[in-house]
Amino acid sequence: MTEETPKKLVELNDLQLYFNKGKANEVRAIDHVSFDIYEGEVFGLVGESGSGKTTIGRTILKLYEPNGGTMTFDGEDITKLKGKELSNFRKNAQMIFQDPQASLNGRMKVRDIIAEGIDINHLAKSKDERNAKVQELLDLVGLNKDHATRYPHEFSGGQRQRIGIARALAVDPKFIIADEPISALDVSIQAQVVNLMKELQKKHSLTYLFIAHDLSMVKYISDRIGVMHWGKLLEIGTSDAVYNHPLHPYTKSLLSAIPVPDPEAENLRQHVDYDTTIETDGKERSMIEVNPGHFVLATPEEAEQYKQQQK
Amino acid sequence: MAANTEDFVIVGAQNSEANEHISKPALSFWQDAWRRLKLNKLAVISLWFLVFILGFALVSNFFVTQNKANAFDSDNVGKYKNLPPNSGLPIPGWDGKLKEPGATDTTDPYKNNNVKQNFILGTDNIGRSLGKRVIVGLRISLLVAISATFIDLLIGVTYGVFSGWKGGWVDVVMQRIIEILSSVPNLIVVTMFGLLLGNGVTSIIIAIAITGWLSMARQVRNMTLSLKERDYVLAAKSLGESSTKIAIKHLIPNMAGTIIVQIMMTVPSAIMFEAVLSAINLGVKPPTASLGSLISDAQSMLQFYPYQVLIPSGVLVLISLAFILLGDGLRDAFDPRASED
Amino acid sequence: MSNPILRVENLHVNFNTYAGTVQAIRDVSFDLNQGETLAIVGESGSGKSVTTKTLMGLNAKNAVIPENSRLLFKDKNLLELSEEEWQHVRGNEIAMIFQDPMTSLDPTMKIGQQIAEPLIKHQELSEKDALARALELMKGVGIPNAEEHINDYPHQWSGGMRQRAVIAIALAADPEILIADEPTTALDVTIQAQILNLMKQLQKQSNSSIIFITHDLGVVAGMADRVAVMYAGKIVEYGTVDEIFFNPQHPYTWGLLNSMPTTDTAEGSLQAIPGTPPDLLEPPLGDAFAPRNSYALAIDSKEEPPFFKISDTHYAATWLLDERAPKVTPPAQILKRWARWEELQGQEA
Repeated sequence: MTEETPKKLVELNDLQLYFNKGKANEVRAIDHVSFDIYEGEVFGLVGESGSGKTTIGRTILKLYEPNGGTMTFDGEDITKLKGKELSNFRKNAQMIFQDPQASLNGRMKVRDIIAEGIDINHLAKSKDERNAKVQELLDLVGLNKDHATRYPHEFSGGQRQRIGIARALAVDPKFIIADEPISALDVSIQAQVVNLMKELQKKHSLTYLFIAHDLSMVKYISDRIGVMHWGKLLEIGTSDAVYNHPLHPYTKSLLSAIPVPDPEAENLRQHVDYDTTIETDGKERSMIEVNPGHFVLATPEEAEQYKQQQK
Repeated sequence: MAANTEDFVIVGAQNSEANEHISKPALSFWQDAWRRLKLNKLAVISLWFLVFILGFALVSNFFVTQNKANAFDSDNVGKYKNLPPNSGLPIPGWDGKLKEPGATDTTDPYKNNNVKQNFILGTDNIGRSLGKRVIVGLRISLLVAISATFIDLLIGVTYGVFSGWKGGWVDVVMQRIIEILSSVPNLIVVTMFGLLLGNGVTSIIIAIAITGWLSMARQVRNMTLSLKERDYVLAAKSLGESSTKIAIKHLIPNMAGTIIVQIMMTVPSAIMFEAVLSAINLGVKPPTASLGSLISDAQSMLQFYPYQVLIPSGVLVLISLAFILLGDGLRDAFDPRASED
Repeated sequence: MSNPILRVENLHVNFNTYAGTVQAIRDVSFDLNQGETLAIVGESGSGKSVTTKTLMGLNAKNAVIPENSRLLFKDKNLLELSEEEWQHVRGNEIAMIFQDPMTSLDPTMKIGQQIAEPLIKHQELSEKDALARALELMKGVGIPNAEEHINDYPHQWSGGMRQRAVIAIALAADPEILIADEPTTALDVTIQAQILNLMKQLQKQSNSSIIFITHDLGVVAGMADRVAVMYAGKIVEYGTVDEIFFNPQHPYTWGLLNSMPTTDTAEGSLQAIPGTPPDLLEPPLGDAFAPRNSYALAIDSKEEPPFFKISDTHYAATWLLDERAPKVTPPAQILKRWARWEELQGQEA
């Protein structure tokens, strides 16, 4: 291999976030999670609701405070970032939200929504420059000029999501956390948004953390995938490895549940139920590299077993 | 169906200008709310009534002063007292004639007392124009209403947003303060301020200032708690927006409906509160007129001169009703789910 | 073919709004046969949900349905029913499963009670019998330890369990038609798989008819016998599930199929339909899909295409099927599907 190792843009090390810590209703939203995101890649994070995937995204953006572990961004420790450094970091890391209806303030015009980041960071010197920037962003996400003066409720779901993308891009970030950006959209529009995100990634050399519960779209857009369940990261690997050679039983169950637009395949598809006892038996498990670059949360014996099963 | 062959040429998809087109007219939240409010006839009438009353009260400062309304001709009390409303036109009940209880015939006090002037709303028991006194009372009611609104907005909204946004122990402490304040009966507060500052509009307004904003603060705090978890607030946070800006740009505009409806509920209760206080002599000092004191002064004569009670209470009821109906209409206008489309 | 249990003819639904009349349903006709699952596919705003609401008599007050629209259920035109008659049909003969199990259950009422309620109302069972039947239904929809949970409240249950309860309520009165409006959209994939399996199983047992509304063609492939694709208030193509998936003819159906990645979708080959569905306040002249259609013909913007027959069961409304139209080559993925269709036809012959 002549390729040099790609640069790590985001590193999460033993990250923990517990809600109601120490109380009876303690929730381990993020339970000792570690992974890296390389510069220029799309890292997909999959799991069902309540798996902690959204919490991880928000914690990286410093919307929540972690209880333990460290996070670095571009080599800089961001775990305890405050004040000016925090606002600098926020120019570099942005978010696209799940529900395009809820993520846009209905009382504001599209122009002001998109320009919010421009205003905060004083990226435009004059009103004309601000408007020109908004225009450019609208154009970038395929919306019309006259949309700038409209209000969010007049748009369709896909259009709203593109407004959300334009808002995130306004501050010219390096890293975007897309938190289920397509789950609230129609299938036909999902492809539109995913393609737009891919295109923008190339144009602006972005790095994505793509959070979703739909493995098929994640596989399509991601370079690497992490699978989460109950706050734990269960498996990590290239998207082909995870999709075609899943190791953890949970990943297998998740993959078997994806409906395929093909009646023949659908009739043959058998959904595999997931037995959660593998997570609750109290055994000590760690991330073990079963194949190069393909990790799974397991005991050494289980890892050996997973390895055998592949053959 | 006579299609030509050139109709069957592939032209492909149109540009994005066309297939992203929105044909609905652009409508802001406020325009939309106004459109829905207009559908509610009662609310619109109430709105115009209140606008008219407010304008009238403002203009009246130029031609009806406090002193004029209080002054009376001590030499001619007998001549001018208890004159019934007289429009100067032969309208039954509004023609300056009076029917004493028990009497069979109507009398004409204007003619009997040789009064040239027509008092449109009659006079009180010492011959002061009731019309002028009602206007002054109206001004006081509206002053109380406006100060209640102002205090609601200034203290209630700020307090609520701050408490909800900060959360944690700050919120707990601030909410306990609200609970303590709301457990003090406001009659005690008024009596206290009456003792300190003397009875009058000032102590009423201060009493309202201390107690009136509590429910607004509570409502705003609850709204803030739910709004601050909204994605657009998170988006603003992740863009680096400051808390004050988030409150002004995102929180308050999105609870404007609740705030306005809350004001529409505070205002009539503040007006009523003032009237009740004045009626039990804790309010404005005589000879200043307030709608409440006018009613209480005249109630002993209710049997003989019912108009002296009916006119101020009518005004009081109309204003409160207008606020309530408008508030109702606004609530529907701000809550699209309740409306038809 | 058996007699259709439900026949929708020339259905139009308009909504009067401040901005004008929104033509939500523009001439929709279809049949539903006994024991079959008909999937209605379309994106939001295509009119699929309005269709089902009309079938349940649940449209908003500003909806206007012209006289010539007919919904024939057992030889009755449902559109002529009074509200009282509707109440007999609704939940009893035609039942509905809603999208969001969070909001379609009453949070203040025990789940067992909610399942028993339609039984008490429609079948006049005693409370005791109804609760016993409710317990059976809960077992039937796969709620574990149903006895222990009959007195639970909805908030104590997960989303998947709640949707099971919603299904149990819909099935309580043993309806002839079950309308499922995006029943799994709000659920996780693994839960979705379980719910879909359950629905298939239950249908086999009861031989009821299902109208399945969804925007997800993947779900359709496994569930439906027949499929109707809706766009901008119209059905643009309908046929058996194999015909729609292996021999699609309408460019919109192509677009829908292509916008779902499958295992072999190579990077950069996912084809999205550009643009946004039209505003039905001003439905475009001609074919509503034309502005987003890379195969649009000149005539599409002038005249609405009629239905062209492909087989006895398969129709599509696109001018591409007119004999005067040029032969177009659909996207590669569709060609693959067509090839599979040829194979299937060959096997049958």
